[in-house]
Amino acid sequence: MATKVRIPASLRTLTGGKDEVTAAGDTVGALIEDLEKNHPGIKDRLVDEKGVRRFVNLYVGEEDVRFLEGLGTPLKAGDEISIVPAIAGG
Amino acid sequence: MKSRARRIESVLDAVGNTPMVRIPVPSAPDVTVYAKLESANPGGSVKDRAARCMILDALADGRLGRGKTLIDSTSGNTGVAYSMFGAALGIPVELVMPENVSRARKDIAKAFGTKIIFSDPLEGSDGAIRDVRRIVLANKDKYFYPDQYANPSNPKAHYEGTAVEILRDVGDVLTHFVAGVGTSGTMMGTARRLHEHTRKITCVAVQPDSSMHGLEGLKHMESSLVPQIYDPKVPDETMFIRTEDGWDMADALALRGLHVGHSSGANIFASIKVAERLAAEGKPGCIVCIVCDRGDRYFAPMKWDKSYVW
Repeated sequence: MATKVRIPASLRTLTGGKDEVTAAGDTVGALIEDLEKNHPGIKDRLVDEKGVRRFVNLYVGEEDVRFLEGLGTPLKAGDEISIVPAIAGG
Repeated sequence: MKSRARRIESVLDAVGNTPMVRIPVPSAPDVTVYAKLESANPGGSVKDRAARCMILDALADGRLGRGKTLIDSTSGNTGVAYSMFGAALGIPVELVMPENVSRARKDIAKAFGTKIIFSDPLEGSDGAIRDVRRIVLANKDKYFYPDQYANPSNPKAHYEGTAVEILRDVGDVLTHFVAGVGTSGTMMGTARRLHEHTRKITCVAVQPDSSMHGLEGLKHMESSLVPQIYDPKVPDETMFIRTEDGWDMADALALRGLHVGHSSGANIFASIKVAERLAAEGKPGCIVCIVCDRGDRYFAPMKWDKSYVW
């Protein structure tokens, strides 16, 4: 199942400049593993040993995965993932 | 020495002359570390200096006249400063900021009557810069666009203010200056003046270690629109700090009575590393670093804080 993932400007060096990519996985965690295969380095930016890094927000649709089941949040057809930095920078 | 307790005519005169507080570093007993509390400025951040100087210089040479609206892109603290001084001087202010800026910053700016235009949070501060340029281009006569990333009055405020105060307050014992870079105004202006000092003073810039980071206000230059005022040759050294180290330092300092923002946590973390390096070399030292703002500016409910109750 291919899920659409929206990429923030700060990670686009890892996606060849693309602001949207697709990845496969039944859960958010599996999707990140798949993202890492095609865009090496991206996993470290998003998660650490404790889960989603504190300054990273992962949304499934409009919902933050922190309020769903974290990396175990199941994905269904048509879901869209957004990676949003917690801060604006600069 | 100017006292901080003084009678003034305008909030603009309350900027500067910020105190420095000693940060004990037990692992480096022969090195003194001072944090210069820019959070003591009237708008609560180091950005008061740049905003004040950019506005006053533009008023003096006519770029900002009657009827003009001030517009800029800002992740927040500069926006608070523009809003405060704009309200004090009767200048309308509009700000473009990414939607994911902390709510406190948006609310403070609005309290001064500022109009806020949101930019795409996925595009970050560079997206806000591109948006403001587009708006100004379409309405050239309406706006004064200080462009804090390119305005020489930004580093000038630190060349004439911050650096002079540091030299006055710690004297000739200063060996190091540590500050994070966002627009880079603080580092560029302060370092240029400190480098004119007869004895060598090492200036250390702090950057996030990655493009995806949580040190609000700082820029990872390699992956960002590089500010026009930024000259990589000015700092003697750049330290790349992990977001978690900045955040944890900010939390730890609060428990010792100093509640600072995340970028300041990174600056103090870097300063302690420099102090420990000096101690390992058997050298004494005196380090001054910048506390950009207070931690409570980051308290406000973020989008995910659904359980937050005021």
